[in-house]
Amino acid sequence: MDLATLLPFLVNVIVGGLVLGFVYAIIALGYTMVYGVLQLINFAHSEVFVTGAVVGFEVFRVLKGVEMNGYLKLLIALVAAMTISGALNVLIERLAYRPLRGAPKLVPLITAIGVSLILQDVLRVIEGFQGRFDLTYTLPGGFANKFCAAESTCAPLGNFLRGVGIDMQLKDVILVIVALISLAVLNYIVNRTRMGKAIRAVAQDRVTAGLMGIDSDRMISATFLIGGALGGISGVLFGMKFGTVNAYSGFDPGIIAFTAAVLGGIGSIPGAVLGGLTLGVIQNLIGVTNILGMVVGSANLEVIDASYQRIGAFLVLVLILIFKPTGLLGKSNVEKV
Amino acid sequence: MTGTGNILDVRGVMKVFGGLVAVNDVTMSIPERSIVSVIGPNGAGKTTFFNMITGIYQPTSGTIRLAGRELVGMRPDQVTEAGIARTFQNIRLFSTMTSEENIMVGRHARLKSGFVDAVLRTRKFHDSEQEARDTARLMLDFVGLSQWRDELATNLPYGDQRKLEIARALATTPKLILLDEPAAGMNPRETEDLKSLIRRVRDELGVTVCLIEHDMRLVMTLSEYITVLDYGSKIAEGLPHQVRNDPRVMEAYLGRGAAAGEYGKEERPHV
Repeated sequence: MDLATLLPFLVNVIVGGLVLGFVYAIIALGYTMVYGVLQLINFAHSEVFVTGAVVGFEVFRVLKGVEMNGYLKLLIALVAAMTISGALNVLIERLAYRPLRGAPKLVPLITAIGVSLILQDVLRVIEGFQGRFDLTYTLPGGFANKFCAAESTCAPLGNFLRGVGIDMQLKDVILVIVALISLAVLNYIVNRTRMGKAIRAVAQDRVTAGLMGIDSDRMISATFLIGGALGGISGVLFGMKFGTVNAYSGFDPGIIAFTAAVLGGIGSIPGAVLGGLTLGVIQNLIGVTNILGMVVGSANLEVIDASYQRIGAFLVLVLILIFKPTGLLGKSNVEKV
Repeated sequence: MTGTGNILDVRGVMKVFGGLVAVNDVTMSIPERSIVSVIGPNGAGKTTFFNMITGIYQPTSGTIRLAGRELVGMRPDQVTEAGIARTFQNIRLFSTMTSEENIMVGRHARLKSGFVDAVLRTRKFHDSEQEARDTARLMLDFVGLSQWRDELATNLPYGDQRKLEIARALATTPKLILLDEPAAGMNPRETEDLKSLIRRVRDELGVTVCLIEHDMRLVMTLSEYITVLDYGSKIAEGLPHQVRNDPRVMEAYLGRGAAAGEYGKEERPHV
């Protein structure tokens, strides 16, 4: 392989990284929004996300034989996952975090890890009763096909992508579109609605928000609902993209998405998106470092293969914590006396 | 004893933190549509007193009634809904929001459109957003900050931030507004501005005003009635000229020796 063929290859690696990055971004939003209002890392979010993936699997499984438009099936899966993951997240907050509201910050943090472990095994048991462990998605026909296989059906976008040598599956395109819609709706809710303003007010100063007549507990619940719904969406998207999930699948994407939230500046919504996309691209680039090594003839690069991907994410985390602890878009927090 | 034309009736309120009695058996009433002040040396318990009225602290004992309605046991947001607004000694605006958004947040409790309304963009949602925006503009106009409407709160000049805080508090349509040291850090000109603004709040909006203030000129010229706290207890109350000449007040501020004529010998915070 020479550099001329490497370039379009790299473009596809980056595009693939961005697609993956959108999944991380949507998960990261769940971490960052909860952190925004409670200064709590909700470690149970990775299981809220997996719950969404499991719900998506179940919907596609049940609807497998049903004659129905594939997009409608996807919509049902997304709505079901949003509802259940959102409700689960609200329940977690109500039962596990709210009773600890006045406690030192370390206490709810440990609780979050506990909730995470409990949920993993609950999910495993639920699916285990039906004799399942690895859940393989049965996607509607066509979702795994190349995007715009037939030239006539989807010009001009398809022609444009083909023109610049980008090779995507239909499900990747769907993923990006669903992610973009989710971001747009979230942006609208947070910045344009009364509830969004109330959530931002609670995040900035809970006491003052209370004196503005805002019931902060309700707004915290609303934040968990939104964060959980985003977790549900990302679960379905993740399941669609990778095809197989199990009760323990949340750990890896969860920890990477958490890193993404820290990278972007925890508490910052645009930061979570930026962090997610960045980590997605970094991860994919590390995955092909060995190919790059072959091209430039470097044995050192050749040994860095896909198994180093996770190291990449954590390396980024370490570097961020050393050089810009507030993250890319985070504001330095001046403690007032 | 309600229905006497008092907007607020505080009876025997006490707050104990561990072994420290921060507010001790304070009783006071605020007549409707009046401007009153609570004064006292630093650490006298004034802000703790405000915090109990607004539900941030629950009193250890005592009752607080707003127009006859018991406030003890309510959360801050419920107290706000009942009709009390406040500002802070150290400004607590939502710094990353614009002036207009800050006031719209203040409007929160008075609007009732929910999450579903927002997502579906119902008429109710649209109307309530519009109402909040209209109120925000009205209030910005009222305090004279229209030119700062789309500016982030943190970028406003100091004196204007204080005014914005008052505008935000007024947006909750309170019956009573509590101002915690509104003139702190202001120059004499800004203080004059503030004085006329506070008068207009009462005269034009009909809102009762209660302020904590250290600027004695402002207190004496603006207040119709003054309550003095020291070490958590009420030591005096009355009309401005009565309070000014009360030996207990002089003693609290200046120390026993000074009150007797030997200025400067006691280490007490001055006025």
